[in-house]
Amino acid sequence: MNELQYLAIHNRRRFLSQVAGGIGAAALGDLLHADAPLVQQPHFSAKAKHVIYMFMEGGPSQYELFDPKPGLQPYHGKPLPESMTKDLKLAFIKPSAAVMASKFEFHRRGRCGMELSELIPEIGKCADDITLIRSMHTDAFNHHPGQLLLFTGSIQFGRPSMGAWATYGLGSESKNLPGFVVLTSGRGTSGGSSNFGSGFMPSHYQGAVFRNSGDPILYLSNPPGVSPEFQRDTLDTVGALNAHRLETTGDREIASRIAAYELAFRMQTAGPDLTDFSNEPKAIREMYGVDSEDKDLRQFATNCLLARRLIERGVRFVLMMDASWDHHSELNKQLPIRCRKIDQPTAALVKDLKQRGLLDETLLVWGGEFGRTPLVEMRRPNDTDNAGRDHHPNAFSMWAAGGGLRAGYTHGKTDDLCLNITENPVHVHDLQATLLNRLGFDHTKLTYRHMGRDFRLTDVEGHVVKKLVA
Amino acid sequence: MKSLAASIPAAIFLCATAAFSQNFTANVEPILHRKCFGCHGPAQQMSGLRLDDRAAAFKGGYSGAVIVPGSSASSKLIERVSSAKDGFRMPPIGAKLTEPEVAALRAWIDAGAEWPESAQPPKPLAASPLRRKPWSFAPLKRPDIPATTATVRNPIDAFVLARLEAAKITPSSEAAKPTLFRRLSLDLTGLPPTPAELAAYLDDSNPNAYERAVDRLLASPRYGERWARHWLDLARYADSDGHEKDLPRPWAWRWRHWVIDALNVDMPFDRFTTAQLAGDLLPNATAEDRAATGFHRNTLRNREGGVKLEQTFFEETLDRANTVGTVWLGLTVGCAQCHDHKYDPISQKDYYSLYAFFDNIDEEYIDAPLPGEAGPQQSKRDEYLGKRQALLDEYGVTRLMPPWEEKVRWAAKNAGKLTDWDITYDVIFQMSDGGHKFIWIDRDKRTWRERQILEDYFIEWYHFVVPKDEWKQLRFKELQKKLRALYESYPQISQAQVISENPQPHATNLRIRGDFSRLGIEVPATGLASLPPMRTNGNRTTRLDLARWLTSPEHPLTARVAVNRMWQEFFGRGLVRTSEDFGFQGEAPTHPELLDWLASDFIDGGWRVKRMHKQIVMSATYRQQSAARPELADRDPDNSLVARQNRLRLPAEAIRDSALRVSGLLTEQIGGRSVYPPQPKGVMELTYAWDTDRWKESTGPDKYRRGLYTFFQRTAPYPQMVNFDAPESNVSVSRRSRSNTPLQALNLLNDPVFHEAAEAFAARITQPERVAKLPRLTQTAPPTETMRVTQPAQPTQPAPITQPARPTQPAPITQPSRDREGAVPNPEPALIYAFTLATSRPPDRSELEILTRALNKTSWLGVARALLNSDEFLTRE
Repeated sequence: MNELQYLAIHNRRRFLSQVAGGIGAAALGDLLHADAPLVQQPHFSAKAKHVIYMFMEGGPSQYELFDPKPGLQPYHGKPLPESMTKDLKLAFIKPSAAVMASKFEFHRRGRCGMELSELIPEIGKCADDITLIRSMHTDAFNHHPGQLLLFTGSIQFGRPSMGAWATYGLGSESKNLPGFVVLTSGRGTSGGSSNFGSGFMPSHYQGAVFRNSGDPILYLSNPPGVSPEFQRDTLDTVGALNAHRLETTGDREIASRIAAYELAFRMQTAGPDLTDFSNEPKAIREMYGVDSEDKDLRQFATNCLLARRLIERGVRFVLMMDASWDHHSELNKQLPIRCRKIDQPTAALVKDLKQRGLLDETLLVWGGEFGRTPLVEMRRPNDTDNAGRDHHPNAFSMWAAGGGLRAGYTHGKTDDLCLNITENPVHVHDLQATLLNRLGFDHTKLTYRHMGRDFRLTDVEGHVVKKLVA
Repeated sequence: MKSLAASIPAAIFLCATAAFSQNFTANVEPILHRKCFGCHGPAQQMSGLRLDDRAAAFKGGYSGAVIVPGSSASSKLIERVSSAKDGFRMPPIGAKLTEPEVAALRAWIDAGAEWPESAQPPKPLAASPLRRKPWSFAPLKRPDIPATTATVRNPIDAFVLARLEAAKITPSSEAAKPTLFRRLSLDLTGLPPTPAELAAYLDDSNPNAYERAVDRLLASPRYGERWARHWLDLARYADSDGHEKDLPRPWAWRWRHWVIDALNVDMPFDRFTTAQLAGDLLPNATAEDRAATGFHRNTLRNREGGVKLEQTFFEETLDRANTVGTVWLGLTVGCAQCHDHKYDPISQKDYYSLYAFFDNIDEEYIDAPLPGEAGPQQSKRDEYLGKRQALLDEYGVTRLMPPWEEKVRWAAKNAGKLTDWDITYDVIFQMSDGGHKFIWIDRDKRTWRERQILEDYFIEWYHFVVPKDEWKQLRFKELQKKLRALYESYPQISQAQVISENPQPHATNLRIRGDFSRLGIEVPATGLASLPPMRTNGNRTTRLDLARWLTSPEHPLTARVAVNRMWQEFFGRGLVRTSEDFGFQGEAPTHPELLDWLASDFIDGGWRVKRMHKQIVMSATYRQQSAARPELADRDPDNSLVARQNRLRLPAEAIRDSALRVSGLLTEQIGGRSVYPPQPKGVMELTYAWDTDRWKESTGPDKYRRGLYTFFQRTAPYPQMVNFDAPESNVSVSRRSRSNTPLQALNLLNDPVFHEAAEAFAARITQPERVAKLPRLTQTAPPTETMRVTQPAQPTQPAPITQPARPTQPAPITQPSRDREGAVPNPEPALIYAFTLATSRPPDRSELEILTRALNKTSWLGVARALLNSDEFLTRE
C-alpha cells in the first residue's frame, strides 16, 4: 500500500465519521450507494464481462492480411469487366481502375489451419484462439459515416456508442475507474469523439479518454502546489459543506455529488497505480514490447498492457483506437510497417489474457470500419510504388477472440476477387448484436428512450450470428 | 369483397369492358386483397400507395406509378411481387405471391389493366397515424384564467394553484431574498450576482425592488449571452465543420454575434425566426438580415476525401429540415426521411415538402462588418488585391493556373482517365467553398472572392499533379505565408457565412427509403398536411413562406414549443417534459391550459421574449423555495405540479463563468470571435490530425471570456464542456442532461483554469477593503405571503449572521497568520465575504465553523477551492 492509498482509506473513514454526525441515516445510506448508477438486468447469463475493442481506423486491407485471393493474379494490372464492378461504391477511384494482386504470402496457422498473412506472424500463432470473419460488410464507404455506423449503429449523429451501451447495460465493476475507457495510438481518428460518445444518454456513459503520456485521465493530478493532504482536506471541507446542504435542502443529487467527489479521489490514487508497470515481470514487459525502442510499437504495446490492467480492475469496455490503416497509397510499404507496430503487442494481449484465465470473460474484437478494394489506387500514375487500395464496404475481414466465441474458426466466404460475400454475410449490425449477446443482452431489448422512441445499438436491424457463438 | 363485387348490378358495366372487369374482379382484386391491402389499403397506405381505390392505385405511391397499363414489364407492381430479393420483394413478410398469382397480375396489366370505373366505392380511410393528430396540433385558444381562493401575483400562479388545490397541495413559500436574487441572476444572465448587484437589490426598500431587479437583469448585455447559449444548442452551433476533416469555420461566430444582439434588443420571436430562416429573402435585406441565415450554415460539412457532392448536399438538407422540426415544430420529422412517420401525422411526402425549402440554397460568404470595420477595409481593398495579384504573378500562379483549370475541367468531363486529376476535381468541392462552381465561370467574370477561393485552392493542391521536384521549386508554402501576412497587414472586415436562394431552382423529389440516389415522386415545398395550410400568393413557395407559416397566429406548434422551452429554462423541465417532441411519443403537458395561455399571451404580446421571461420570473410560482418536500415524495416525486422550484446544477458554461466571476477574473466583453482558453495538451490530437497546431491558446483578457465564446471544435470539444453535458453540437438539442460524475469533480479540483480561479478568489477574499463592502445581508426579508395559503413545515433558512465589524488588521493574501494554537485570528469577516461571493448568501453557524476549520488546517486557498467545488456553488437553487 503506498502513501496515497493509505491516505485514501484513512481519510474516507475520517470523512464519513465527520459528515455522518450531520446527516440522517437514510441520507447516509444514499450517499454510500450513490456511486453505482442505474444498470439494466441482463437478459441471460453472459459469457463475457468485458470487451476490448481494437479499432484499426481507416480500413486494414483484407487482401494483404486475412483473405488470400490468388484469383486476383490473372487480372493484375487490368481493369475488371464492367458487369463485375457495377455495384461498387468507391470513394476516390473509378470502377475502371486496374486490379492489384497482393504480393504477400499466406500460411496455414495453428491446429485449425487458419490462413493468415506473413505480415502478422505473431497474431498467426494465436490462430487457435481466434475467430476470423471474412464476410463482414457495412453500408458506408467513407470513414466518418463508416465509423458512426460501426460504433453507434447509425450514420445519423447523436446516438450512443457501443461502449456507452455496454456500460449503460452493465455498469462498471470498478470502484475507482470509469466503466468505459478509450486508449489511442497513432494519429487521430475520423470519427473523433462520436466513436465513444454517449449521444443522447447522460455523459456518465461516455468513454473516458486515457492518455498514454502524462496523466492517464484528464485532470487526474493535483494542481501544482496542492499536496495529497491538501487535496484530502479540500475534499473534507467540500464534503462537510455538501452534507450540510443536503440536510438543509433534502436534494438527493447532493448525495450523488459527495459520492462522485469521493470516487474522483479514489481515481486519483488508482490512476497512477494503473499506469505503473514496475510490478510487471520482465517477461511480460518483453512479451508486449512496452520497453521497445520503436516509439510506435511501444505506444501500442503500452495500450495493450493497459487494456489488460483495466480489465483486471473491472473496467467494462476498453476501446483502443489505432490510426491509420487507410492505405490509399504506398500500401506495400506502409502496411508492413503498421503491422510491425501492432503484431507483437496484439498477440501478447491475447496470450496474456489466456494465461490469466481472462480470455473467456473478455471479448476482444480487432478490425476497421470497412475493407479495401481489389482495384488499385494510383494517386501519382508515374510512381508505381505509390499504389494503394480504396475503401470497400461490401466485403472485408475482422477477427475476434475470447468471450466464448468459436475459436480457431473461420466464418464466411467471399468470391475469388473479394468483391462480394458468397457465404454467411455479417453486417456491422450483426456484429453489434453478437457483441451484446456475449454481454448477456438481447440487442432488441436493450433500449434507451429518447425523443419518444426506444433506441437500440442495432437501430432496427441486426441478428446474432449463431455460428460464431460456440 | 367477393360478395360485394357480386352484388354490383352487371348492367352498369359497358359490354366492351365486361370481360376485363370480370377478369379484374375475379382474378386480380382477390389477389390484391389477400396480399396487398393490409399495407396498401384503407387502413394504411405505406409508401403512399393505395391499391383498393382505382384512382389512387393508378396514381401510384412515393416512387411514382406502379401500374403501367399494357406493360407488365415496366410496372413496378410486378417487379416488386416477382423479385427474388428478400426485403425488396412484396409482401415483405408472409407468403409471397404464387406463380399463377403473378401471372394473373401480369396478364391483367398486359391486357390494358382495365379496372371497372364504377366498382364499389373504396372503403373510407381508417384511422391511421397520418390522420390522428396529437394534442399539440389542436388550434391554440386562450384559456380562461382559473379562479383560485388565493391571491396570485399573475395568471401563471392561478393555473399552477388550480392544479395544486385540486391535489390538496400547498405551494412552497417564497425563497429567501439572496437565494431568489442569485436564481434570477443565473437564469437571466447565466452569472451569479456581483456583490454590488446583490447589495443594490437587498438595499432597495421599494416595494417594487424585485421587479426593478428583474428589469435591470433583462437589460444587462449578459442576458443576450446567456439566452444565446440556449439558442446555440438548438442551432447545433460550432466553430468547425465536424466529420473527419473538421476544419475550422473562421466566420461562424458572426452568426452567434447576431443572435446575442438580437436577444439583447429583444427582437420579437417571429422576426427572429424569419431572419434566420429567410433573412436573405426579406425585402431590402441588410447584411445583418443575411448574417442571420448563418443559422443553417451550422450544419455539418463532410470534407472527407471521396464524399460525393450530391450525397453531402442531401445530408445537409436533411439536417436543415430536421432542425426546423425540432426547433419550431417540436416534432421528430426526421423519422419520415425513409417512410411515413410511425406515430405522428407526418408522411414521407410531408417530410420532403419541408426538405424542399432547403433544396435550392446556395452557400456563400458576405461582408458583414461590425461597427467601424467597413470604411477602413473597403477603402484599402483595391490596394490589397493589387498587392496580392503581384505576389501571385511573382510565384507563377497567374501563369500556371489557366492550363491547370483547363485540365481540371477536362477531368470533370472525363472521369476515370487520370486518377490524380480526378481527385483534384473531386477535392475542389470538398476543400474549397464553392470552387466546384467557380471553376466553370469565365475567369474575367469571377468576383474577387471567387477568384481568391480558386487561387487558394490551386496553391494548396497543385502539388497533386506535378512531380515532387517541380513542386519544391515553386515554393508555394512560402507564398502561402506571404499571402497570409499580406492579408493580416490590412484592415479586417468581418464576414458571415450565409445562405441564399439558387436563382435557377430545380424540382425536389422524395427519396425512396431515404436513399439520396433513389428518386421518388416530385414534391412541392409546403407545410405539413395535418397542420393549417400554408398561405401563398400563388408563386413558388420559398423559405419566407415557411417562416410566415411557422409564425402565423394560427400555427398551433411554434408558440407552444417556444414558451415550453422558456419554462424549461426557468424550472429545469418543460410543461411538456420532452421539449423536442410534441408528438404522440412525447409526454403530455402537465399544465395544458397554462401552456396554451402562455403561448397565446406570447403571440398576443407581439412575440416579445423579454416580456415572456418577465411574466414567468414575476410569478410566485417561480419565486418559490426549491428545498425538497419529503411529504410529496410519493405524490409528486418529480415535482411536476410545481409545488416548489427545482435545484438545478448549472450548465457547463455557467460553471466556468461563475468561477471566473466570483474570482474577479471574468472578461465582460460582448460578442466577437471565438477564443481558446487553456486546455490540456493533447486534446486536439484526438481528432484527425489535419492541423495539429490549431489550438492557439488565448492570452490576456481573451483567456477569461465566458464559456459561450470558447472555440467549439466538433471532434474534440473543450473538455470542461463535455464533462458538464454541453451537447456535441452535431444535431439540434433542446434540453441538456445534467449528470453528476467523478470526471466533473476532477475537472473542478484540478483543471488549471479552475485552480487559477481559486487562487484569484483566495486573493480577492483577503482584501479587507472589499470585505467592508459586504451587502447588508442582515436585511433579508422574511418570505412574503402573497400566495395566501397555509404554509407547510419548511426547512428553515439558516439565520443570517450579523455582519461583524471591519477587520482591524489586513489579512495576508493566501497564507493566514496564525496564533500559537494554529488558529487564524478574526477570520470571520473574510470567510463570510467568501461564502457570500460564492453563494450570494451568508453562511450559517455550522458553515462558518466548517470554513474556519478549513482555514486553520489549510489556507485561504483551501477555503477558496472548497467553495468553488461546493454543490451550492454549482447549483442554482
